[in-house]
Amino acid sequence: MKDKIKGILPFVGLALLCIVLSVVTDKFLTVRNLSNVLRRSAPVVIMSTGMTFVIVSGGIDLSVGSVLALAGVCGTMAMSACPSAGLMGGLLAAVLVGGLCGAVNGALTVALRIPSFIATLGMMSIARGVALMVTHEVPVTENLPESFVTFGTGSLFGVLPWPLVVMLCVVIAGAFLMRYTPLGRYTYAIGSNREAAYHSGIAVSRYSIIIYTLAGLLTGLAGLIVMARLNSGQPTEGVGMELTVIAAVVIGGGSLSGGEGTILGAVVGALLMAVLLNGCVLLGVSHNVQKLVIGGLIIAAVALDQYLRRRGAAD
Amino acid sequence: MAEGEAFLRMRGIGKSFSGTSVLKDVDLDVTGGEVHAVVGENGAGKSTLMKIAAGVYQPDAGEIVVEGTRHRFPRPVDAISAGIAMIYQELNLAPHLTVAENIFLGREPKRAGFVLDASRLRSESRRLIEDHRFDLRPDDRVLALSAGQRQLVEILKALAANSRLIIMDEPTSSISEAEAEELFRIIDMLRDAGVSVVYISHRLEEVKRIADRITVLRDGEKVAEGENADFDIPTIVRHMVGREITEFYPPREAEIGAVVLSVKGLSRGTAFRSVSFDLKAGEVVGMAGLVGAGRTEVAEAVFGARPAERGDVLLDGSTVDISSPGQAVRRCIGLLTEDRKRTGLCLNLPVSWNQTLANLGAVVDRFTIRGRKEQEVAQGFIDRLDIRGARPGRAAGLLSGGNQQKVVIARWLFRDCRVLLFDEPTRGIDVGAKRDVYQLINELAAEGKAVLFISSELPELLGMCDRVLVMHEGRIVADVRAKETTAEEVMHYAAVGRVEA
Repeated sequence: MKDKIKGILPFVGLALLCIVLSVVTDKFLTVRNLSNVLRRSAPVVIMSTGMTFVIVSGGIDLSVGSVLALAGVCGTMAMSACPSAGLMGGLLAAVLVGGLCGAVNGALTVALRIPSFIATLGMMSIARGVALMVTHEVPVTENLPESFVTFGTGSLFGVLPWPLVVMLCVVIAGAFLMRYTPLGRYTYAIGSNREAAYHSGIAVSRYSIIIYTLAGLLTGLAGLIVMARLNSGQPTEGVGMELTVIAAVVIGGGSLSGGEGTILGAVVGALLMAVLLNGCVLLGVSHNVQKLVIGGLIIAAVALDQYLRRRGAAD
Repeated sequence: MAEGEAFLRMRGIGKSFSGTSVLKDVDLDVTGGEVHAVVGENGAGKSTLMKIAAGVYQPDAGEIVVEGTRHRFPRPVDAISAGIAMIYQELNLAPHLTVAENIFLGREPKRAGFVLDASRLRSESRRLIEDHRFDLRPDDRVLALSAGQRQLVEILKALAANSRLIIMDEPTSSISEAEAEELFRIIDMLRDAGVSVVYISHRLEEVKRIADRITVLRDGEKVAEGENADFDIPTIVRHMVGREITEFYPPREAEIGAVVLSVKGLSRGTAFRSVSFDLKAGEVVGMAGLVGAGRTEVAEAVFGARPAERGDVLLDGSTVDISSPGQAVRRCIGLLTEDRKRTGLCLNLPVSWNQTLANLGAVVDRFTIRGRKEQEVAQGFIDRLDIRGARPGRAAGLLSGGNQQKVVIARWLFRDCRVLLFDEPTRGIDVGAKRDVYQLINELAAEGKAVLFISSELPELLGMCDRVLVMHEGRIVADVRAKETTAEEVMHYAAVGRVEA
């Protein structure tokens, strides 16, 4: 029963926030504004889907902000160098580079037994360094195909922004994987009790690498979306983004000790932050105060979670 | 205080957790210098009652009187200042600090009010250790100590706080037999010094051996209390379960068939050497030995969790390579680990998920877990194994110990294992659940499974097994027929190894 209350809290929070903003501002509840909010939050939502797998499995990935930049510039450079490959070539390159970084993260934690916090902290620095090196610290802007611009700013049927379409596909696929497939089940088992999962015959190491790779693939995808919106490959994009993504998972009910969390929760967590920021902008709240508001939201969400946990502990 | 006068008097204690009553109108008197055993099945309320005495929980009803004065213990520290200390199942020490630092944690001797007096800390610790002839050094870090030694540190910590009553919750569940003997000596010493001990245990042989008085709880109520001499073990068991258990070890009707699993010359470092044995279909083979004899290590090696360095494992006569649990599970070998909380269960996950974990493929159809089928499987095992308090969707950690154990057993039943390695399957579970586990092992044998039954309780090994292998310092030193041996003989082999003729 309390689990159910806990599960719907982020949804209730998001709904309440939307209602309040619809009443106090006249710009919030417009197609244009909502479409913008969703378009801008798509990369974070996509990365939160991958991060949910990592966090539910008991790990953490601090490298996603840097990997986003590296995969994004690699995808942009691929299109720039080989325009005939088009958008698909860029997407493929970005996703492959992201997946490779994720696989390395997973291998470091499994083979060298480095805690994921440290392994991905190292990757965070390395990926950023490589992104700056391959671009010579200059944004990639030459020779980019028209489809790249459309991907960032255009819409399907003129109403659904492309990033939103990709986001919906990722979220639905991710939620399905998490809930209904052995991969998702083993992710929970590994995060809940790694030893018990191992002693049940689960290939814990292999699944850990798959989980980090999945997070990397999705980060690469998000990277190209971000670069498309900017219509250039920016090696300095995504600084600090890992914290936004982790916050989304945690606000959505994920536990950093593993074994808990859902994709939908993380999506709502990401949207909650995006809508809150949008609300601040519409209400003319200054940029600095926005940071306070987001910090307060993170702390309040986890405090509430802990409170419900304590109440439930006596059961 | 005169000998025999009540030190602690608990009257009409009641307690419920979220509407469920766990203690009803319980009285308990502990006199000065007595060893008072509190026994009962899991969930009977023993630990809850004593945690109320120790200030961990607040009673909903009743009163606590210490040496004639009514007390309230809002926090554990209040109970400690009234002279009541509790040693928990999960020990509460700071592992990175030294023995001396732990003994005086929160009461460190100081100079000028705030400077730690390290030399006095050590000298006073050394004096305490020597007074009690404990096998400890003040400067050792606690993380390097065995479970038994940690318990000694806890006892010294209680004594350093001038405790008059020490509550021990299942103190022998995690320590070796030699350490248990040492603990009994210390309990005698405490009694002679006028310190009372409340001893919570499942092990009735121990209780009979060391207790002066015995209180039996069942379903949160006190059902019997008296002098040790007033009870024999069958009587205690009858009070605990509320029914007569005439035949404690149920009889088995199993045909013993061909050799299923054969282990030849298995060795790994100093953990175990040249271990060879056979398990036949329908056979229950016991494995006895002291803690550290290498029994768990052998089971883990056969299961691939920590593979052996040399030796072979043969399944149906052909050598198999098992270097991970995954390979063992694919070959239908299951290991019920000795520590179900650490290596057995995913406590926050549903019962059904825990049950299907080793054979998820059986409820997967076209890459998708079929939720309804999984629920049916889980409910089937809940009914068959009588897993009380369980629903398929309820978190496994909310069940009592015995019922948690049944959830892990169900996992291996669902895998339909041909070879089952049971490592301490009845540890820390109540009498009723033990009997269910025995019954289940018999059913498995009757179905033609081969069972290896590791246990530190000799009566259950002799009562349940066809043969008993005895391990001593990493080797199998004896292979005896359970019907033709005695607990004394097995203990002798376990303690001193093979005696050269």
